[in-house]
Amino acid sequence: MTDSKYFTTNKKGEIFELKAELNNEKKEKRKEAVKKVIAAMTVGKDVSSLFPDVVNCMQTDNLELKKLVYLYLMNYAKSQPDMAIMAVNSFVKDCEDPNPLIRALAVRTMGCIRVDKITEYLCEPLRKCLKDEDPYVRKTAAVCVAKLHDINAQMVEDQGFLDSLRDLIADSNPMVVANAVAALSEISESHPNSNLLDLNPQNINKLLTALNECTEWGQIFILDCLSNYNPKDEREAQSICERVTPRLSHANSAVVLSAVKVLMKFLELLPKESDYYNTLLKKLSPPLVTLLSGEPEVQYVALRNINLIVQKRPEILKQEIKVFFVKYNDPIYVKLEKLDIMIRLASQANIAQVLAELKEYATEVDVDFVRKAVRAIGRCAIKVEQSAERCVSTLLDLIQTKVNYVVQEAIVVIRDIFRKYPNKYESIIATLCENLDSLDEPDARAAMIWIVGEYAERIDNADELLESFLEGFHDESTQVQLTLLTAIVKLFLKKPSETQEETHTYTHTNISPSFDSDNPDLRDRGYIYWRLLSTDPVTAKEVVLSEKPLISEETDLIEPTLLDELICHIGSLASVYHKPPNAFVEGSHGIHRKHLPIQHGSIDTGESPVSAGPAAPIEQAQSVIPSQGDLLGDLLNLDLGPPVNVPQQSSMQMGAVDLLGGGLDSLVTVCMFIFLYLLSLFPQIWLPAVKAKGLEISGTFSRRQGQMYMDMTFTNKALQHMTDFAIQFNKNSFGVIPTTPLPIHTPLMPSQSIEVSLPLNTIGPVMKMDPLNNLQVAVKNNIDVFYFSGLIPLNIFFVEDGKMERQVFLATWKDIPNENELQYQIKECHLNADTVSGKLQNDNIYTIAKRNVEGQDMLYQSLKLTNGIWILAELRIQPGNPNYTVKHPPNLNSPNSELRSHLLFLSEV
Amino acid sequence: MSASAVFVLDLKGKVLICRNYKGDVDMAEIDHFLPLLMTQEEEGLTCPIMSHGNVHFLWIKHTNLYLVATTNKNSNASLVYAFLYKVVEVFTEYFTELEEESIQDNFVVVYELLDELMDFGFPQTTDSKILQEYITQEGTKLEVAKTKVPTTVTNAVSWRSEGIKYKKNEVFIDVIESINLLVNANGSVMSSDIVGTVKLKTMLSGMPELRLGLNDRALFALTGRDKGKTVTMEDVKFHQCVRLSRFESDRTISFIPPDGESELMSYRINTHVKPLIWIESVIEKFSHSRVEIMVKAKGQFKKQSVANNVEVRVPVPSDADSPKFKTSTGHAKYVPEKNLAVWTIKSFPGGKEFLMRASFGLPSVENDEMEGKPPITVNFEIPYFTVSGIQVRYMKIIEKSGYQALPWVRYITQSGGRTAMLFRYSLYSKKRPIIYS
Repeated sequence: MTDSKYFTTNKKGEIFELKAELNNEKKEKRKEAVKKVIAAMTVGKDVSSLFPDVVNCMQTDNLELKKLVYLYLMNYAKSQPDMAIMAVNSFVKDCEDPNPLIRALAVRTMGCIRVDKITEYLCEPLRKCLKDEDPYVRKTAAVCVAKLHDINAQMVEDQGFLDSLRDLIADSNPMVVANAVAALSEISESHPNSNLLDLNPQNINKLLTALNECTEWGQIFILDCLSNYNPKDEREAQSICERVTPRLSHANSAVVLSAVKVLMKFLELLPKESDYYNTLLKKLSPPLVTLLSGEPEVQYVALRNINLIVQKRPEILKQEIKVFFVKYNDPIYVKLEKLDIMIRLASQANIAQVLAELKEYATEVDVDFVRKAVRAIGRCAIKVEQSAERCVSTLLDLIQTKVNYVVQEAIVVIRDIFRKYPNKYESIIATLCENLDSLDEPDARAAMIWIVGEYAERIDNADELLESFLEGFHDESTQVQLTLLTAIVKLFLKKPSETQEETHTYTHTNISPSFDSDNPDLRDRGYIYWRLLSTDPVTAKEVVLSEKPLISEETDLIEPTLLDELICHIGSLASVYHKPPNAFVEGSHGIHRKHLPIQHGSIDTGESPVSAGPAAPIEQAQSVIPSQGDLLGDLLNLDLGPPVNVPQQSSMQMGAVDLLGGGLDSLVTVCMFIFLYLLSLFPQIWLPAVKAKGLEISGTFSRRQGQMYMDMTFTNKALQHMTDFAIQFNKNSFGVIPTTPLPIHTPLMPSQSIEVSLPLNTIGPVMKMDPLNNLQVAVKNNIDVFYFSGLIPLNIFFVEDGKMERQVFLATWKDIPNENELQYQIKECHLNADTVSGKLQNDNIYTIAKRNVEGQDMLYQSLKLTNGIWILAELRIQPGNPNYTVKHPPNLNSPNSELRSHLLFLSEV
Repeated sequence: MSASAVFVLDLKGKVLICRNYKGDVDMAEIDHFLPLLMTQEEEGLTCPIMSHGNVHFLWIKHTNLYLVATTNKNSNASLVYAFLYKVVEVFTEYFTELEEESIQDNFVVVYELLDELMDFGFPQTTDSKILQEYITQEGTKLEVAKTKVPTTVTNAVSWRSEGIKYKKNEVFIDVIESINLLVNANGSVMSSDIVGTVKLKTMLSGMPELRLGLNDRALFALTGRDKGKTVTMEDVKFHQCVRLSRFESDRTISFIPPDGESELMSYRINTHVKPLIWIESVIEKFSHSRVEIMVKAKGQFKKQSVANNVEVRVPVPSDADSPKFKTSTGHAKYVPEKNLAVWTIKSFPGGKEFLMRASFGLPSVENDEMEGKPPITVNFEIPYFTVSGIQVRYMKIIEKSGYQALPWVRYITQSGGRTAMLFRYSLYSKKRPIIYS
């Protein structure tokens, strides 16, 4: 007899009948009735009205019946909170039952009844159960603390349950330890600030011991918890890794991935050239590959994670490309992920095999997969230069198949190949043009148009081709329209017409369709071209036909800081989505984001090769955003004088990272750093016109002849004139206030600008700002009061009399205790001591003494801030590798890192 | 951490049974599951993780059921899938088949199991043999006095109970090797590997300590012995019972086995595998009239060995009709619902070569639909033989009562199931010509 009979009931009067049965005298009947109730609940009928009758059945010595009643309670207690109280007594009683199974069942169920009134009564039984003699009860009670915390966090803390939970980490039973760890991890997720788990070396040791003994799931809880620990040094990191690596051989794929997470995080702390580091890398590869023989869903999670791992540490899987070859019967989601990884692993060594595979895939039936395979061929061409030719010929073969979407996809990637290898494969343009008529997707049309425009001078009938697109100009997508516009201008510039008049007509007829477009971008671009061409064709040529930067091979890499964060989430949803958790988990914005541990000692072991560690991400970052990097380099070059070239620039950035290696995220630091410096060089728009009813203020700070100035430009972008200007500063770190009122005495007429120089002094009220050099300003005019804030470059606070007496310097220098000494390294600065000294002096950083010790130049520097703080420094210059030491007196407020870094940066230039 | 709730749905998306573990996701959210899945299926892009608002569905399919876990946190996805597959395993051991009917027939036990398998999203006891000790299907038998938590549940040895007794102490070891192989159209082997498993059937009394010795190259390198052929295992995965730290330090496989059947370990070997059965084929297609297929199978293994149940599956066009077969051995049949011609050879001695010819008619009006190029697959079993040459050198069994126990070892090499030997020969196409490099 099966349970299915309980599902068959006569509809009418069902509830009524059940009620009667629940109150039957016979035990067996009552049990049958409860089963029917649960069956009804299972198929979604509302049986909540039977609540009191079911609760009456709770007092039973039949375990099965008890479980069913508990199940009913969990489902309906919330809708009947008042009646749920009726159950409390039974719960409390059951928590005292001699049978541990019943004690655990009661405490487990009570935690699931999310009714406030009940939770109060839960505290005492829970306290007992946490200390129960039976581990089965203790492990259940541990989880119950997490449940209770979810309902009433305050109560859990007040009742001291968190401490009890922490005590359980030292429990003799591994399963209790595992559940306590899981519960604490869960609780700390909603309480990021409290260091609940108290991960110290002792506790870590306990966890590592429990790791060998608990169930597979317990191992996962412990490993996930371990991954949040930051070992204090490389030795500790290594010893944890050694005890975690055996988990890579566990049959449970989730245990393996959690172990991989711990190892990937702690690898950051191991010196790259150590034997252990390389052994560990080798050990990571086989288990990752084996994950691909699991169930398809497990493969999918594994592949999404491998995609991250391959970007972070390509060396791990570089030999394993074959395992990512797609199988005919792989589910589509596995196929697409494998393709992605194949491209990432493609290299000169394996490109022949990869191409052969991709070609195979490109003739399959699944449209999305085929398209991606074709794209992949193009990406291989861009990534592995030696293979470009074979890729192009493969793509041509595919175009010959005339399968519509294959052709279109191929043309899009061929455009990218042209951008990477200009003037190399134009011979195939003729073949491409044959397919012009079959292109119906905007991407493909735009790609084809771009190709025609770019190579207009070599295509005899380029004008005809483009004209054929022009006919339906208004029906095209914006993307195609914009490309077409540019292509026409290119064509004109490359093949100019004979006469002036012809020129005029040609461009006008061809560009004019854009003039009446609804799309502002399109219209504006049309007008820009039109004006450019009609006023100055030579400039137009320079602009439109200028040499373009080559496209980068790795445009689709995940941005390095995000990648690092995702590595910390290996195995979780974040790693599958490739998004940080706060992008898809509600209410997690306040939660601190995880980051990879940073190698300790990179500050003061500057000379050991260890410091290469934190610098590495920067190199990557630059290859990802080359154009921005170059731009910054150029901007800096502009004003920074002769000796700085671009590669040096990047090495300076690395130096900067070393400075702040203590915890700030490296990439952000570099950007902020450059930004700060640029601040002092270029006027900033402090107050944009849209925010100030038409008043725009831009400006810089400077120091001239011992006087600080705020140089501002006021522009009136409103339609009315402005008068009655006044300025006021908020309290700030250096007590900066204006010396004179704002010197604007005449009304500022619409679209007029005025430049003013406001002298400043530092006798105002002081208040520490964050950042230190932040200045908040209020400006008033006849219209309103506006507020803005700006960052004052620190060098304007370096006063002219910052040259310390030699004797005083010597004495002070000796007085500085060692622990107050900070040491930084600036790499590959090719300036000699004299140049450095001169440059520093421009910024009021003075050389007090210069010595030559064992072939190294030692410069002793001093500077004084407006608030009287002295800063002393020693600069040691070795050829190509100067060590820069900053020391500062103990009795004064220690300058924060920003100040120091700024100082260093100045000294650098 | 992991799942907020777990659902079992039928193919229409109706909830058969569910369990709300955390209460932080509205149980009604499950109604979005099937519509989401159907949208994805229409687009041909299914994915095992789907989301609706801030609710994420992680799902697997088993027979005619969907098992779905919901969450609104950054859950450990790999844990959730491992857990869902474990649920399938436990239910299957309990009910033999996990399907709609068995869920309904046993809903009380299913609820009990769901309660025991996971607590507040944390997987707990998932070993079905141990669960069966305190959650039984004979509900009426369960009186309080008899039901105690088996200490095994929370023991470090959570997979074996104490007090097991057998009259005759034996352990059966099956070493099964499956071959993955991919051969390109031009006959070159693109990739190959061996996935081996060691399965145990343990019929031993008490708490025996076992040690398994294989001709593992890494082990021999450690001990410095060099006796005959050894095998390099690329990666090894072990059952929970094996002491992993011990293996990591000295490659010793030591464990207290679970009672009855279990998979002790699996391994992966990367060496180049010689295709044990080599397939050559010539396929000629005469559009609008017929297609002629010739397949040659050659046994490339030792003459003394015999491959059993050899199955060569040759894809044919979906619009083919009137099949005609001629085979030199075995028999061939047409399976139209799978678009396959299947050639079966019950017994295939090593070194032999067999032929099959097939011809199909094609309609004069061509099917416009694009067809894929499924490869030819070969399934087989070769007993008493491992392709890698792996050997069980010893199985030491020590129990404190000091009984003598016998280990029995059996070897088999196979292909089929999740592993496959694939030959990309079937190159007929509709619109696209074959690309020759």
